[in-house]
Amino acid sequence: MSLKDIFSPFTAWGKAFEKPVTIKDPIAERPGADRYRGFHKNDISTCIGCGTCETICENEAIDLVPVEGIETKDGDSGLRPRVDYGRCCWCALCVDVCTTGSLSLTNTYTWVEEDPEAYRFTPGVDEKPWDKEEKGWKKPEPGYEFYNLNRVTMEHLEPEERDDTFIEMVKGFSKEQAEKEADRCVECGICTATCPAHMGIPEYIKAIRNDDLEEGLRILYDTNPLPEICGRICTHKCETVCTLGHRGEALSIRWLKRYIADQNPSEKYKKILNSEFIEKNGKKVAIIGSGPSGLSTAHYLALMGYECTIFEKLSKAGGMMRFGIPEYRLPYDQIDKDISYIESLGVKIKYNTQVGVDITLDELGKKYDAVFAGTGLHMGRSTRIEGTDHKNVYQAIDLLRKITLGEEVPLTEHIVVIGGGNVAMDITRSLARLQKQKYGKVGIITTSLETEDKMPADREEVIETREEGAVVNPGWAPQYIEIENDKIKGLHVAQCYSLFDEEGKFNPQCNLDNLQFFEGNMVVESIGQGMDLSYLTEDLKHDLEIDRRGRIKVNEYFQSGIPWLFIGGDIIQGPDVIHGIANGHKAARGIDEFLFEEKKDTPKP
Amino acid sequence: MSNTIFDWKKDRSMFPEPDKDGKPVVELDSQKYIKVWQGPNHPGVTGNMALELTISGDEVMEAKTHVGYLHRGFEKLFERRRYMQCFPTSIRMCVPEPDINEYNLSRGTELLSGIEVPEMAGWLRMIALEMARLQVLLRTVPGQGGTIGLGLPAQWGLYYRELILDRFEELTGGRIYHMYILPGGVRGLLPDGFKKRLEDNLVKIEAFMKEVDRVVYSNAVFKKRTKGIGVVPPEWIDQYGATGPVARAAGYKRDVRKDYPYLYYDRLDFDYNVEHESDVFARFHVRRKDVDTTIDLLRQIMAKMPEKGELRAETPNVLHWKIPRGETLVRCESSRGEYLFYMVADGSIYPRRINLRGPSYTHGVVLLEKLLVNANISDVSSIMVSLATCPPEIER
Repeated sequence: MSLKDIFSPFTAWGKAFEKPVTIKDPIAERPGADRYRGFHKNDISTCIGCGTCETICENEAIDLVPVEGIETKDGDSGLRPRVDYGRCCWCALCVDVCTTGSLSLTNTYTWVEEDPEAYRFTPGVDEKPWDKEEKGWKKPEPGYEFYNLNRVTMEHLEPEERDDTFIEMVKGFSKEQAEKEADRCVECGICTATCPAHMGIPEYIKAIRNDDLEEGLRILYDTNPLPEICGRICTHKCETVCTLGHRGEALSIRWLKRYIADQNPSEKYKKILNSEFIEKNGKKVAIIGSGPSGLSTAHYLALMGYECTIFEKLSKAGGMMRFGIPEYRLPYDQIDKDISYIESLGVKIKYNTQVGVDITLDELGKKYDAVFAGTGLHMGRSTRIEGTDHKNVYQAIDLLRKITLGEEVPLTEHIVVIGGGNVAMDITRSLARLQKQKYGKVGIITTSLETEDKMPADREEVIETREEGAVVNPGWAPQYIEIENDKIKGLHVAQCYSLFDEEGKFNPQCNLDNLQFFEGNMVVESIGQGMDLSYLTEDLKHDLEIDRRGRIKVNEYFQSGIPWLFIGGDIIQGPDVIHGIANGHKAARGIDEFLFEEKKDTPKP
Repeated sequence: MSNTIFDWKKDRSMFPEPDKDGKPVVELDSQKYIKVWQGPNHPGVTGNMALELTISGDEVMEAKTHVGYLHRGFEKLFERRRYMQCFPTSIRMCVPEPDINEYNLSRGTELLSGIEVPEMAGWLRMIALEMARLQVLLRTVPGQGGTIGLGLPAQWGLYYRELILDRFEELTGGRIYHMYILPGGVRGLLPDGFKKRLEDNLVKIEAFMKEVDRVVYSNAVFKKRTKGIGVVPPEWIDQYGATGPVARAAGYKRDVRKDYPYLYYDRLDFDYNVEHESDVFARFHVRRKDVDTTIDLLRQIMAKMPEKGELRAETPNVLHWKIPRGETLVRCESSRGEYLFYMVADGSIYPRRINLRGPSYTHGVVLLEKLLVNANISDVSSIMVSLATCPPEIER
């Protein structure tokens, strides 16, 4: 210890001549730093109420609550996050996990209120002074995602490998690929709400992650008895609304469903699904048509102990799934796999039996306790332009049926297809394959009223059609078919600039100054299909209620004006497979309730 | 100047008769002793813990530490939280220096699931960890003077700590709870101009530390009150598992950053700060040198870190991040010593067990009870602060 030690502390007196820190650097109100994690802000128009913020919040400070003025709709739960500042720790994980990027924190950090309840508020709905504040915590730049925004790429046959064959072009996921894709799911359930059949999508995806594919199959069959088929050709409304699609690519829900179905061998189905022994209840139900709705009805009724008989006009079951969808998208053995399981439950299928011709609906009504009709849309519609009565003008649906049945298909070197939907793409690609097989080259042009961006066909369908050598030239209205010496020369079209009038009615407008000629010796029309209800006799029609558009009115269980007659599928709702399946499931419950009134309140499969 | 006038002699300890083990027998009924509770709310106690002191006159005969005023069950809470949800909770296990919790938890999660963190994120983690160490030292170094009445520098230090907190605010979005290091990486790059502002702060802090040297370090009263007080015999270091400045003040070269290098500390140039007297002053001296080392390290990191890079490694979806069965041990050097996490994963989305072994448990519970015996009551808080106990870390 030295003298220095005694005197050096007195240097502190030097501070006496300095201004104190509180004066040098006074506590003035200042905004938080640019990244400050202050109060919550939510863009409620972007938010879809997926609830991932609620899931990640480790303090359970976030609840999703209904909000006035926001309706529940497809892709939006109608709920919005409410934050409880009694629990929140401002970690901003809710911001980082937000699937739409609507949630953020502002750099505002002071808020005084007397009412403690005020600190539980719904950002974006309850107006706050900081709602306009731009600065504050936002999700850091790319490379910082809490889940993968990009899909696992599904392997396809290359265009040159597939353009002359009907082999299935989508290869399906491997175990690693499926688990990686399943890992992306945030389990929000927006998909379940949107799916017409309300499939337990997050649950079966979870089963994939847990590598419990038997459980996955059980979840699939809870709501969908045709997983192999839906796993390939479903219109996947679930993917359209998938919450991951807002900032990245939607989850491949369809391929994951296919993965579960593919991995379970059909001989194990009955054991896995616990359907080896079903107690019969002695009631008989007739089902007209073996399409998705008929098969779905039969499946769920069979599980409840009903004896079901399906009457099928054609020689094979599956309806539009078999006769409308080409084999390269949905191989026939996969259809057989789903249908053979349904048959194994005791469902009988009478082939080549057309109701209305071989047996009347009245007879069915008398012989059976109830009848379900799901006869679908099998009659092609015509544009009715000049020249469509020529023998070389065909309906897409008739040609597709011929291809499936193995009958000879009319073919020329140059073909024009009219239509912009998936069926138009199906027939284009099927005929292109046949042309490639027969002539070694593709000469097919597909045109539609709708422009490229409004075409109803799936985007990937259009891309793949082009990859296979066909020309897709949308945005043209067919005018007439030029015929010379009883031979078709081609199709004259005019540019179509508007499809609907101001009232929203279908009323295409064309620019007759901009004309085009598509050369071809054969024209295929694919502009939609109609229903064939010839099996309904006049007596029966009298009891049915039919609306202006020609659709039969049914109640929520698809029961028509005739109590024993249930009607569903494409002729009521759709057209697609998943609506048919959902209709069938609901109708099965309806039939059960109709036949066993007293069972009304008990839960149904 | 003679020491005899100010020297305080340990004489009361002659009164209690030692038993056959040599331990004094304190009979409260004899009225020679009184019980005094220091804490749980007492300015001389760091955080909420209590010292039950049995004193005779002004000499401590017996000391007992009582914890339990802060128990929030963090280790249990982790067992019901997803891996990604743990780090915002973990920081509350040591509020003054939260980043070490985030780092250990993130590193453990990464080790268990086999994830490598991008290089940039590693350097950013080091910046956060060293800044956290610096702001703690800015409290404890001048604060050591505060325990014996030299409160002024302790107040000044808080201002310089705020400067570092400003940097934390712009880097992490929070001043106290940074929540910056998370499994897979970190949550933000350095903002524009950050390095310059931090350098300005470091220059100011260096100037301030010179003032601390004049007012505290070379202060006759401070030396008088701290030298020879609270001596930890070097053999106790291994016996009780003391680490950090306590071990280094006893002559041990112990520093996790050098002994078991993590992140990129092996690329930095620094040395152990060692003293040998093992008293309160030696521990203060070690921490004083730690301030210089930390400032130097921050400069080295800023010079050596890459300009650009990835923030975060690709991890499984954090909402259902399952980690296969396994266990791991992660440690880092906190301002108080070795900070260690033992983590067990059971293959589910929740950790099976996360256990913290921090320095405060040995320093604050075991060593403190021993060091306080025969100490003057006015030195109690001085000894306690020199051991750097952090009660929330003891009862996590």
